[in-house]
Amino acid sequence: MSDAVASNSDKPSMLPKHAARSWFSRALDSDIFYSFLRSKLTMVAAAITVLFFLLAIFASWLAVQNPFDPAQLQLLNSRISPIWTADGQSPFLLGTDEQGRDVFSAILYGLRISLAVGVAGVIFAGALGIALGLIAGYFGGTVDGVIMRIADVQLTFPAILIALLVNGIAKSILGNRLDANSMLVVLVISIGLSFWVGYARTVRGSVMVEKNKDYVAAAQLIGLPAPKIMLRHVLPNTMGPILVIATINLALAIITEATLSFLGVGLPDTMPSLGTLIRIGNNYLFAGEWWIVAFPGIALAGLILSINLLGDWLRDALNPKLR
Amino acid sequence: MTEPILSVRNLQVEFASRRGTLRAIDGISFDIAKGEVLGVVGESGAGKSVTGLAVIGLIDPPGRIAGGEIRLAGLRIDNLPPEEMRRIRGKRIGMIFQDPLTSLNPLYRVGDQIIETIRTHLNLSETAARRRAIDLLAEVGIPAPEKRIDGYPHEFSGGMRQRVVIALAICAEPELIIADEPTTALDVSVQAQIISLIKRLGRDHGTAVMLVTHDMGVIAETSDRVAVMYAGRVAEIGPVQDVVRNPLHPYAKGLMGAIPTLAGDDKRLVQIPGSMPRLSAIPRGCSFNPRCAFAFDRCRVERPEPLPRGAQSVACHLYDNVPAESAA
Amino acid sequence: MLAFTLRRALQAIGVMFAVGIIAFSMFRFAGDPVNQIVSIDTPAAEREAVRKSLGLDDPVPVQFVRYFGNAAQFKFGVSYQFRQPVSALLMERMPATLELAICATVFAMVLGILMGVYSALRRDTLLAKLFQAVSLIGISLPTFLIGILLIYLFAVTLGWLPSFGRGEVVKLGWWTTGLLTLSGLKALIMPSITLGLFQMTLIMRLVRAEMLEVLRTDYIRFARARGLTTRAIHFGHALKNTLIPVITMAGLQFGSVIAFSIITETVFQWPGMGILFVQAVQNVDIPIMAAYLLMVSLIFVTINLVVDILYTVVDPRLRSTIGRAA
Repeated sequence: MSDAVASNSDKPSMLPKHAARSWFSRALDSDIFYSFLRSKLTMVAAAITVLFFLLAIFASWLAVQNPFDPAQLQLLNSRISPIWTADGQSPFLLGTDEQGRDVFSAILYGLRISLAVGVAGVIFAGALGIALGLIAGYFGGTVDGVIMRIADVQLTFPAILIALLVNGIAKSILGNRLDANSMLVVLVISIGLSFWVGYARTVRGSVMVEKNKDYVAAAQLIGLPAPKIMLRHVLPNTMGPILVIATINLALAIITEATLSFLGVGLPDTMPSLGTLIRIGNNYLFAGEWWIVAFPGIALAGLILSINLLGDWLRDALNPKLR
Repeated sequence: MTEPILSVRNLQVEFASRRGTLRAIDGISFDIAKGEVLGVVGESGAGKSVTGLAVIGLIDPPGRIAGGEIRLAGLRIDNLPPEEMRRIRGKRIGMIFQDPLTSLNPLYRVGDQIIETIRTHLNLSETAARRRAIDLLAEVGIPAPEKRIDGYPHEFSGGMRQRVVIALAICAEPELIIADEPTTALDVSVQAQIISLIKRLGRDHGTAVMLVTHDMGVIAETSDRVAVMYAGRVAEIGPVQDVVRNPLHPYAKGLMGAIPTLAGDDKRLVQIPGSMPRLSAIPRGCSFNPRCAFAFDRCRVERPEPLPRGAQSVACHLYDNVPAESAA
Repeated sequence: MLAFTLRRALQAIGVMFAVGIIAFSMFRFAGDPVNQIVSIDTPAAEREAVRKSLGLDDPVPVQFVRYFGNAAQFKFGVSYQFRQPVSALLMERMPATLELAICATVFAMVLGILMGVYSALRRDTLLAKLFQAVSLIGISLPTFLIGILLIYLFAVTLGWLPSFGRGEVVKLGWWTTGLLTLSGLKALIMPSITLGLFQMTLIMRLVRAEMLEVLRTDYIRFARARGLTTRAIHFGHALKNTLIPVITMAGLQFGSVIAFSIITETVFQWPGMGILFVQAVQNVDIPIMAAYLLMVSLIFVTINLVVDILYTVVDPRLRSTIGRAA
């Protein structure tokens, strides 16, 4: 079937084996960096992505107020429209919401939470997927069968459904002990459990290829631990595909978190991510206060689009077949 | 001699690429008479297939016909509007490609593909076209054609599929068939059958055949005349006996030396040193000069033009200014 | 052929069994069902009585068999929040979700195929490039944002379409449909676009990629050499070969569409199963969550099975290889 369908499935070791030695520095002076410089759109996307990360990291310096601190919010300042409109007021660049919260500050803090959950979710999914892929590929047989069957079944269900289920189960188990901070952990786990399959398939494929190579047998003959040796070969080989999956998954993870928060099963109003802000703002849309929902929406869309563009480019650049 | 079915004059085909324009065909000329089989031989990349595609008008961008002319029974066809050229394809020129396994659409019944082609070119009813399709399948040697016509391509063997492809190529009684490596993808045992089928059909219908192959043996068996191509040019062209027994061009000599014969087992097969240049690095002068044992100064500067030598024509400086009698 | 169907059916049953275990585990272990029914100050003895009446003191395998037996008869227990049988709640809302999902799929297929074919055949035109850009945006915009944007444009600003609900519905037996009234049709437009947009971009990208690949094949080149018209080549040969994987994917994606309708239904307050599920997750209504999981899985597995079998019917190559293997 086509690449569009198979893109997230097993394509073991797109990179040559000798890439083991400092993959990253090689990448920098290779075709990949060249193609990066060639694509203006990709450079813009990368710049925007970096900008978003910087905004998130330095949120507390850039914001005019801490939107989580009720003491800093004044109802007097509520529902101010953006600064360039007739009713705009300094310093509320993008206006304020119902509680007098500065929309720009809220976006900065929301961005921080969205990115944190997204990155943590991707790392968790990656760790889980790589571990399960290694186990499945190395042991083979029943273990492999069970893991890959679970992967197959899970892949037929959309991630959002799995994330919702995990979320619901966690709530049911934790009950009243669930506060904003543990909700963060629940979200990371929900996202991680929804996206591990891609990594597992890639790593497993690579392990299967390496397992039958002579050096593994040779290592075993002279008494070296085969798993350790293989790990040293498998991981660098799969670095490229994993990076692609991780980039595309980061966009998906951010969407998933935003969606959960939008549906009201994610982060609470006291610790709003971009998704939460959109949910809150959506309530004021009919009152004509479009800025409360529009700017978080634009931020979210811009972030995801940039990351997707980067991911698309990375996939094409690392996959010589498509060039 | 009457007007040839196909007449190619000074044909040039270029491909635009990132590193500039590559000339795949650089000024070739040849004729094919009615009922004649012209073998076109050469290494891969010599431009044999491109020549065939140029004749039938299927050079796709970034490639284009950059010069020269192609005439089909006197009608100039290289600059026809696409729609008129389409009417000629399949109707007056049939084509057979290399791989019968991939030439047929796997989702259509064999018969539907033949009937579709017949009805595109001939004004026949569905039933008449079907009858004709069955006759065609019988003619190309498919057993039980009235049953096999409803089969899908994957139900046919490679050789049988190539017969279907041939039936498709001849279904509108074309004047010319271009067969591009028609046997390369087949088993050796099937190759001979397909070759003799093409030969027989050409004879029975008076169809001219342009047989593109890298297999000198096939040419020797089938063709009336042969054109030896090298790096986008015709090195030598002439009646097949003459070229095989008495090749003039050093490249043709090497090529004939590379045919194994049952009689000449005391000699080792001759090999031509080196390989054909890539299109981006064709040497100045005669493109064969770096590999040629007889090359002299002129060969490295001036490009040889075709020179008539009896029934043959050869593009080589060795034969310039030499009286025909003393040659070779 | 029969062996193949049988094998696939067995696999499907295996998947349903696995999902059943998950649903049962959720039902039984994620939080104590008794706590959901009784209040906090209920005495222990009464709790035990409730526990016994629910059969929760039986051995776990017995409970599992009972749960599965009930589920097979579409008995999923009583909702904690609504105090009503879950199956009745689901049945009542299923028509809304299915109608929305079907409309969205039709929208996605029609537009996706048209746009995909166009951008494959006229690759370098401005419109084709625009389609490509739209598809990237379609994949990048979260569903709920698209919904909000549409509501703002067509409901709040222009006032052309309703922003929530199904409009007037007509009852046909137990089924309710919005397809027969004007307000019902109007109410369907925005949710269908919102839900279908992502599928549309997927289908468009797939059609374009497949079509470009098919156009490069030898049989297309041979079809041209046979002098067939461009029309016959593009819309006969190329499209037919393109559509098989596309329809397969669209079919397989129908399950995802139903699951994704969770988001769309929330945005448009669409009274379907998805919104019921979100409310269940919000309020930890485990019986509804478990039942929804089972229902959606059943739809998924059934579609997968049907598509697998249909695929062999459509593609003659597959038909015969399977026939030989069997």
